[in-house]
Amino acid sequence: MIRIQARTEPSSIMKVASPLIAIVLTLIFGCILFSALNKNPFEALHVLLIAPLSDMYNIGEMLVKMSPLLFCAVGLSLCYRANMWNIGAEGQLLAGALGGSAVALLFIDSTSVFALPLTLIAGIISGMLWSAVPTYLKLRFNSNLILTTIMFNYIALYLLIWAVNGPLRDPDGYGFPESAMFSDSTTLPILLEGSRIHLGILFAVISAFVGWFILSKTHLGFQIRVFGADEPAAKYAGFSGKKLSWFVMLFSGALAGFAGVCEVTGPIGQLVPNVSPGYGYSAIIVAYLGRLHPLGAIVAAIFLAVLYMGGDLAQIQMGIPVAVVGMFQGVLLFFLLACDFFIRNRLTFNNQVTN
Amino acid sequence: MDADLIVLVLFAAIKTGTPLLLIALGEVICEKSGILNLGQEGMMLMGAVVGFIAAYSTGNAGFGVLAAMLMGSFMSLIFGVLVLHLGANQVATGLALTIFGTGLSAFIGSDFVGHTVQGFQPIAIPLLSKIPYLGEILFNHDILVYLSFVLAVIIAYVANKTRIGLVLKAVGENPHAANAIGIKVLRVRYLAIMFGGAMTGLAGSYMSLVYTPMWAENMTAGRGWIALALVVFASWRVGRIMLGAYLFGFASIMHLVLQGLGVDISSNLLAMMPYVATVIVMVIISADQFKEKLLAPRSLGKPFDPRHMA
Amino acid sequence: MAETLKKRHLIPRIELANITKQYPGCLANDNVSLTLMPGEIHALLGENGAGKSTLVKTIYGVVAPDSGDIIWDGKAVEIKSPSIARDLGIGMVFQHFSLFETLTVSQNIELCLSKKQLIAIGDLAKKITELSKEYGLDVNPNRYVHSLSIGERQRVEIMRCLVQSVKLLILDEPTSVLTPQEVSGLFEVLRTLAKEGCSILFISHKLHEVTEICQQATILRGGKVVDTCEPSKETPASIAKMMVGDLAEQDAGYSKKVGTHTVFEAKSLTLPAKHPFGTSLKNINFDLKAGEILGIAGVAGNGQDELMAIISGEDDRNVNNTLTFLSQSIGNLSAGGRRKLGMAYVPEERLGRGAVPDMSLTENTLLTHSEGFVKNGLVQWQSLKNYANTLISHYKIKCHGEFSEAKSLSGGNLQKFIMGREIGQNPKVLICAHPTWGVDVGAALAIHQALLELRDQGAAILLVSEDIDELFLLADRMGAVCDGYLSPVIKTEDATIDQIGQWMAGTFIDTSSQHPEEAIA
Repeated sequence: MIRIQARTEPSSIMKVASPLIAIVLTLIFGCILFSALNKNPFEALHVLLIAPLSDMYNIGEMLVKMSPLLFCAVGLSLCYRANMWNIGAEGQLLAGALGGSAVALLFIDSTSVFALPLTLIAGIISGMLWSAVPTYLKLRFNSNLILTTIMFNYIALYLLIWAVNGPLRDPDGYGFPESAMFSDSTTLPILLEGSRIHLGILFAVISAFVGWFILSKTHLGFQIRVFGADEPAAKYAGFSGKKLSWFVMLFSGALAGFAGVCEVTGPIGQLVPNVSPGYGYSAIIVAYLGRLHPLGAIVAAIFLAVLYMGGDLAQIQMGIPVAVVGMFQGVLLFFLLACDFFIRNRLTFNNQVTN
Repeated sequence: MDADLIVLVLFAAIKTGTPLLLIALGEVICEKSGILNLGQEGMMLMGAVVGFIAAYSTGNAGFGVLAAMLMGSFMSLIFGVLVLHLGANQVATGLALTIFGTGLSAFIGSDFVGHTVQGFQPIAIPLLSKIPYLGEILFNHDILVYLSFVLAVIIAYVANKTRIGLVLKAVGENPHAANAIGIKVLRVRYLAIMFGGAMTGLAGSYMSLVYTPMWAENMTAGRGWIALALVVFASWRVGRIMLGAYLFGFASIMHLVLQGLGVDISSNLLAMMPYVATVIVMVIISADQFKEKLLAPRSLGKPFDPRHMA
Repeated sequence: MAETLKKRHLIPRIELANITKQYPGCLANDNVSLTLMPGEIHALLGENGAGKSTLVKTIYGVVAPDSGDIIWDGKAVEIKSPSIARDLGIGMVFQHFSLFETLTVSQNIELCLSKKQLIAIGDLAKKITELSKEYGLDVNPNRYVHSLSIGERQRVEIMRCLVQSVKLLILDEPTSVLTPQEVSGLFEVLRTLAKEGCSILFISHKLHEVTEICQQATILRGGKVVDTCEPSKETPASIAKMMVGDLAEQDAGYSKKVGTHTVFEAKSLTLPAKHPFGTSLKNINFDLKAGEILGIAGVAGNGQDELMAIISGEDDRNVNNTLTFLSQSIGNLSAGGRRKLGMAYVPEERLGRGAVPDMSLTENTLLTHSEGFVKNGLVQWQSLKNYANTLISHYKIKCHGEFSEAKSLSGGNLQKFIMGREIGQNPKVLICAHPTWGVDVGAALAIHQALLELRDQGAAILLVSEDIDELFLLADRMGAVCDGYLSPVIKTEDATIDQIGQWMAGTFIDTSSQHPEEAIA
């Protein structure tokens, strides 16, 4: 008979193995699903996971998708470590794209070297503003952060749609809901000729290292971890919950805003209504899959970016609806949460039960 | 504004508020038992798509509703196992449920986009619907709206006047004490979670069978989240949930009213109204921390594992 | 009396035979056997962690034993759930009450009754009122539990057992939350019940109470029955020896000191409750001198938590001009700011407040002790590790190493760690709440000695405890809190248990609530 037994010490092996097992289980789930749909499961998995890494062009595209996921996930990792349930990365990303675009369009005829930095800063500040409001409402009025950040996602989306239909619409764009294409002075430089690998990707990776440094090396990071793991202890120690909340929320808003402005000044090159296919929501999965560890988020963001790429390819090559990506993300998080059970518990078999 | 317009607006507010009411009625029971299920949006979408497919394939909207409720329960059961038996974080699991439901509903619904079904038709209740104004506002709806009236009364009664309500409240306040006096905490919570799921599934089918009636990706547009805010707004009291649902319903159709009145504001800005209204309401309601602590189920969102009790 | 009862009823009320229960990493009950006759008051004694609570929860059906038998009125039974236990006639009063604060008294009692029992009773509120009169319990069925005092809540728990005609009543440390006067009231009720033939199983570690009321005693140590005795034939000292074994050192009397200059002062501290079920503080005045221990007695929930929180700054409301530290007003300083001035704090909750359960001892050292270990915002992890190891060896803390998670330590060892960490910051004022609850005798002794050593070095110590004996042992001056009021503070030599007990019950409030300090003069 199999029994569940609580471990006396949490398993450090399972802490690392749990996301890997979850990924394997998700793939098995995928095989079963594709078989049920009369698609060759191995072909489907190949298209989903291997094809996106098959050549340099695809790897470049994968990195383009990884960048916003990573930016957002690093910020969310810090938020969730501090027990601040910020679900608003999507809205903060959109706000960053919107704010950045508004400034970029001012420089449409400019060749100034300050154009790009100003645009990026505008994006970052917009993202911070978008996370600052729910933070203020939580700290001042005790309103539920999850719900306000979600609402702000919707508000940002409609604001963006309004902007591309109104003030920011390209006057020569035949009425399409798009802004004009940005000038070269407000476009992120390409790092690798012939690909779309842009400077933003480098910033995203740097942000992960910054996040890691803060969390594990600084007293501030320690306070964030205590605040999230055990709020009464943080209060007892005299850490200022308000300051920590502000820090993680603004940090994550800044990174999400950065992600947004990098999208419009990088691979897209203009403001469009569908800046993000839900990067801000997927980043929640990335953060969890990376164990709320900023460096873990790099690996996790690559995995999800591959899945995004694969989803596009699967739709083109095999006629599998692209929505399969969203479903896989949900399943992945389910399996991850289930596997985490075995960090603190283990299965024992009757003949092995000893004291 | 003339009387006819007011009647029309109030009628529409009830119609729009009904899915919010259904979800919130289920979630309030779930939260009274101490469980916060943030997966409403995902369950609602699954209810909508499954309800639509079932009604579309059988030609019977009743089957659609039933299928949606079963689907909602099943989805919430996944949540229940993860949260109650595997000790997963309620917030994270709820988010996973929403992400999963959003993806899966789009996936299985992709072949049904653009189709329509024969949904429920309005039924005028004899006599009552003849009452001037009130009759038109309240008694000229489809069967699901009437069902929501009945359910609200039943749930208010069960929650406040019966032993079931007492047990729910006990489990939500102090699961350890409830366990110690022999209440099966996990069983109560499973039932509460699955009841909530069924109600959300029902709300989903209302969207795809009555409200639109068709299926489109992400058609619930955040209603699952707004309903969660509604429970907080109502301070976990059923009467106020009903009032709140129609207020939110009103906020959602405000743009139609304003356009009807000839106000010239971009429809994209007006579409933000329900979300902005939700934020404002939450700020007003939650500001009184003292009151919220008094009214909220005390173990809400906190894990409980009877096996770890020494 | 026990002898005659045993002759009349030859069948025991309950017999436990070889009960064994294994928890991960701990054998809670090891072949425990125990017999109770009808009408017998039986003490179950042992140190914290000896397995008493597990054993009574087994009887009440909350915990399933791994092996062993229970024989009830001569028949073997399997008690799978509390409702089965209640059907048999077993009632239990829990140490941490199993009451629901947002429900009324009668709703709380109703939850424990089956439909059948409810129908049999008919009007529950009337029945409660009747039983109240019969046993002198004074329980109002319509009040909400959150409005009741701790003593009243205990009476509700007892009432919950009485409404279903109880044959075996289990009480888990019932007196630890009562004033001395309330304890005698409880004993009256227990004696009445016993006369009617109800068996009573009484868990305690207050030995003089056991010798006063119990006819038989079973002593547990490390999950095993190590001895049985008739308490009336023993002394508290001889029973203590059975509980802890011969080797344990005991606290001896300590000398009292007189403080020098005032270090900390609270003046007319009045503060409304922050939480709906909290206590408001009402005009609290006291001064704390260097080189003394000031003890504050009181039953839990009378404002101790609120007082601690406002003194430490965890309650961040501005109470300027009411709190003074070395003639500096600190009412507007944050908790961190007060720490920097030289205030340290040992909270009641060790795990989850005093230490982060999932963090290592190194990290938990940094929790409050950052001075010297943070340079330019960066943590000096290596020197911090070394320091954590110093603490571990100096206070003889049993653990795998500085990397051990706080939650893997026993209560006593964790408390020694927290105490060492706070003392290691050379505080001018140490605020210390319930330092030895749930701690084994050896650790309690070490903690007492550490506190006295700190006092003798000139620190001012505020000691809040529910354990009157501990306060008399350690405090140089003492007072009591009741309902958010603080009694006069007097020298321990001048205090009597009876006096402090009356203050805990609030006798000082009406006569001298305006200026309690002057009233004693």
